[in-house]
Amino acid sequence: MAASGQQKNESENVIEITGLKYRRGEKLIFDRLNITIPRGKITAIMGPSGTGKTTLLRIMTGQVLPDRGRVIVEGRNMARLDGDELYELRKSMGFLFQNGALFTDYNVFENVAFPLREHTKLQERLIHHVVLMKLQAVGLRGAWDMMPGEMSGGMARRVALARAIALDPKIIFYDEPFTGLDPISMGVIVRLIRVLNDTLGLTSVIVSHDVAEVSSVSDQSYLISNGKVVARGTPEELEHNKSAWVRQFLQGLADGPVPFHYPGPDYASQLFGEESV
Amino acid sequence: MGLLREAYYIVLDFLQMLGASGLFLLRLIKFTPQSLLRPRLIFQQVFSVGAMSLVLIMVSGLFIGMVLGLQGYNTLSKFAATSALGTLVVLSLLRELGPVVTALLFAGRAGTALTSEIGLMRATEQIAGMEMMAVDPVRRIVVPRFLAGVISMPLLVGIFNAVGVLGGYLVGVLLMGVDISAFWSQIHSNVDFHEDFVSGVIKSLVFGIATTLIAVFEGYYAQPTAEGVSRATTRTVVNSALAVLALDYLLTAFMF
Repeated sequence: MAASGQQKNESENVIEITGLKYRRGEKLIFDRLNITIPRGKITAIMGPSGTGKTTLLRIMTGQVLPDRGRVIVEGRNMARLDGDELYELRKSMGFLFQNGALFTDYNVFENVAFPLREHTKLQERLIHHVVLMKLQAVGLRGAWDMMPGEMSGGMARRVALARAIALDPKIIFYDEPFTGLDPISMGVIVRLIRVLNDTLGLTSVIVSHDVAEVSSVSDQSYLISNGKVVARGTPEELEHNKSAWVRQFLQGLADGPVPFHYPGPDYASQLFGEESV
Repeated sequence: MGLLREAYYIVLDFLQMLGASGLFLLRLIKFTPQSLLRPRLIFQQVFSVGAMSLVLIMVSGLFIGMVLGLQGYNTLSKFAATSALGTLVVLSLLRELGPVVTALLFAGRAGTALTSEIGLMRATEQIAGMEMMAVDPVRRIVVPRFLAGVISMPLLVGIFNAVGVLGGYLVGVLLMGVDISAFWSQIHSNVDFHEDFVSGVIKSLVFGIATTLIAVFEGYYAQPTAEGVSRATTRTVVNSALAVLALDYLLTAFMF
């Protein structure tokens, strides 16, 4: 039994989402969405703002429950897990929030030490070693005693990354990791995502709309829009995709299948007619 | 009709909040034994919730005691009963003013701090971050703060009362010339340990539970926006004040 369980856990896909439906209020965010995240690869999920990319990450990590559909993570059906089982599964996940979500009253060292202190009984000396090693991996060992408020956005995200890998997770989720960073910080994060994925044997999921950075680091990408997968493939395959929508998104064109104007009543009738604002 | 409907919704909202905070209290109690195993987290919070409120509590206690001394002296002197001033000051403080005023000040000073701290942690995704690290934020963040509030309140009430008596003494004995031995001996013979002291301690414990519960509940369920946190902070002060005054009446009716 143990062997078969092990085999199941080590299946080719870390995450399998089938027929996902999710509604927020009146708006249908996902409509029978299917996504698979292969083990050991970097998978990017791209799409315009407001398509529910972050919500998709939250569904994958069990922070949000879908209305319909199956979400299988490491062979476990997320809908059937109770609170303790979910927490147990999350110990094998790292999550990088868009703003880092560092604890503002702890310094860098204590932030990275936090998951170790909560989940392990390691001696202080060992915690000290592990934290410094994780900080070394993101290049911020020298900033161990800084407070989150003193750091730039890029540094805070790197510290958050060190914290996310503190417990040596199997899967790591990045929520908009490139937003609001200067070019150097962005380059650093891109490199870290690749290096950490390959050296630690992780599976990485990136949610982003920064096409260039994502294409430079991902093994495969999903493009989602209006609750559905519009295209999937390697960055090269997407580049040669003929779909007008994909072209508009990847090339950042202002007008195309996604109109420049938000849907509204007729312009003239709103300006001069009875339609009021 | 409109007024009736309005009243209906207000009552409904109130009952909903009462039920939700009751369930939240049960959750806090469930995690309390685990939390007691890590006393350092609680001590840190006793410092920021309790010790940091000390100056406010002591200064307020001193002035309340001084006012009691002055008002009491003026009234008692009409009946030539100024020797009872000590008893008046101590009973007023032990039974009512100590627990009630301390709880109101505590809600304003520490309760608002707790609400805005926890609310901002949610707004900046620190709480979601903790959940993603498989750490229950109620156990890690809320319970130590709640226990710290419950521990701090009786201690603060004790200090408030002690300083208040000192204020009454300063005004009554040193300023107005009440006989020092009458002041203390009257206190000694007229203040009952069980009826006056213990009932005050019970009040302070209940107020500590109520005000801290309201503060952490409002913070934990605050809308994660600037406006949401500010509203939650306001609700903490308003609801705590109302809860303390209503509970004070109930407790007084039962105990005295």
